[in-house]
Amino acid sequence: MKRILTVSLAASLPFVLAACELAPKESYQNGYRGTGMNTVMIKASAAAEDVPAPPYDPPGTDGRRAGEVYENLQVLGDVSEEQFNYTMAAITAWVAPAEGCNYCHNPANMASDEIYTKVVARRMIAMNRNLNQSWTDHVGQTGVTCWTCHRGEAVPSENWALPETGAKKTIVGNTHGQNDPVSNSAYSSLPNAAVARYLLGGMDAEAARVVSKGRFPSPENTTSTMEAEETYAMMMHISQALGVNCTYCHNANSFQSWSSSNPPRRTAWYGLDMVRSINFEYITPLAPVFPEHRKGPLGDPLKVNCTTCHRGQNKPLGGYPMAKDYPALWGMVAAPAVAEEPAEGEETTTTVAP
Amino acid sequence: MALLSFERKYRVRGGTLLGGDLFDFWVGPFYVGFFGVVTAIFASLGTALILYAASQGPTWNPWLISIAPPDLSYGLGFAPLSEGGFWQVITVCALISFTSWALREVEICRKLGMGYHVPVAFGFAIFAYFSLVVIRPVLLGGWHFGFPYGIFSHLDWVSNTGYQYLHFHYNPAHMLAVSFFFTTTFALALHGSLVLSAVNPAPGQDVKSPEYEDTFFRDLIGYSIGTLGIHRLGLLLALNAGFWSAVCIIISGPLWTKGWPEWWTWWLNLPIWS
Repeated sequence: MKRILTVSLAASLPFVLAACELAPKESYQNGYRGTGMNTVMIKASAAAEDVPAPPYDPPGTDGRRAGEVYENLQVLGDVSEEQFNYTMAAITAWVAPAEGCNYCHNPANMASDEIYTKVVARRMIAMNRNLNQSWTDHVGQTGVTCWTCHRGEAVPSENWALPETGAKKTIVGNTHGQNDPVSNSAYSSLPNAAVARYLLGGMDAEAARVVSKGRFPSPENTTSTMEAEETYAMMMHISQALGVNCTYCHNANSFQSWSSSNPPRRTAWYGLDMVRSINFEYITPLAPVFPEHRKGPLGDPLKVNCTTCHRGQNKPLGGYPMAKDYPALWGMVAAPAVAEEPAEGEETTTTVAP
Repeated sequence: MALLSFERKYRVRGGTLLGGDLFDFWVGPFYVGFFGVVTAIFASLGTALILYAASQGPTWNPWLISIAPPDLSYGLGFAPLSEGGFWQVITVCALISFTSWALREVEICRKLGMGYHVPVAFGFAIFAYFSLVVIRPVLLGGWHFGFPYGIFSHLDWVSNTGYQYLHFHYNPAHMLAVSFFFTTTFALALHGSLVLSAVNPAPGQDVKSPEYEDTFFRDLIGYSIGTLGIHRLGLLLALNAGFWSAVCIIISGPLWTKGWPEWWTWWLNLPIWS
């Protein structure tokens, strides 16, 4: 009996260890000693982040403006001709490396907007500039490029759309949008479409506020326990997207208290607003432009969440400042003094060319 | 405390592990022994150091006093007293006094010719503490990872350490430990109420024998574990509770760094249904 027990225990050891992470770890302290504010993670491999090099040596920003040379430039008209061509080459490599220029352009008439992807791309370039100019609270001086999301694919592989609802009419097999482990809920039983609640943006944008200010139930906070689970799921999404844990931003002593939170929480807070802005101001209005096969089950365009850029890293691309080589994506900030008048593209941030 | 006449029979010399006859005596009701002396010294020293370290801190509020481990930068080395050194010395004092207490129990067992069940059981509690302040910190490369000595502060530590794994209830060893803790209290409640029901009969009635207790559970669920068995079961449940608690924190960090819910993807990815 004892022998059987010993043998079976010894035999199960490899299986038990196979479920563990045996690789060397590294740890960080991100709070006062003794508070348990730590991060333990697998030692990052020495390999540098795979960031594509510029298509060729970045040209100067002097010379004729692209808007004087090419027709129908609504966003990038303020950059130099050489910068414009350079940026186009880079975008092709980032977004449509296999399809090439013709993925967006009609080769017979490059200025034509007949292919929908060109309309989308124009809007996305305007968005990219807006992010680098107006959202430095989140993207810092590192900035973003098309690659930050696209990574060589026309549709960024990490996206979301509104979930189908009401498909199940009976209680049998209806999991009410939870108990279905997905990456977005960090494989927990929590609601798996919480990003739809918090990241859609717009007038009724939901803030992740569940902690009551008072002792008793009051009309000021009618949040239910189920809604608190959605907040938890949203936070799980952020953790999973950034490859961090709760204590990277929060002190569990009080999740809502800003004074006891870590500085990254501020960056994340702006990030949530930034994602809402991306989804509400840039992507959702493109709904009439996108063909059906580029939309979710409810007919809304595929949208952005934290994973779209972060991909398991607290700083996308390991914090590599890729955008520095592409002044055109910074808009007027990096453009020379020639561009005194506001570019047309900057004025069209609320309307979309069909 | 008065010494009962029959107790003298059990106060036999010998059975000591260290010190021979030197400390083989009683003070009042307490057996001393070499390990009793060691326990007294290190428990007093540790307590005095806690009080002194508290005096160097910002508060005398007993809820808020906290003696914290060193910064991560000190790794597994010594830290200055005021920067975690107190925690290190107090930890050493605690481990020595806990272990001596267990060895004093062993000496008493030897005197009485009894089994070592009590010191072994206490050993599980020491192991759980040792896991928190030595095994896991050593595996993670810093005394920093020990928990602080304070009433509120150690709770905050537990909370923050748990949230490092997003949702600690998904930790499989934590699941086992919690289940064992609950089952322990459940078994103790069943046992205690059953014994009291047998030995506290209505006025004028006789105390009931264990056969009544057995019959009660046979009538209720078709089986009684018996008078000896319930104590074996109780010990098994309680030791498992402590053991799996120790395991659940040792594996958090040294053997798993992501959210605990994600650990279960091995199950979701089994080739049977994936």
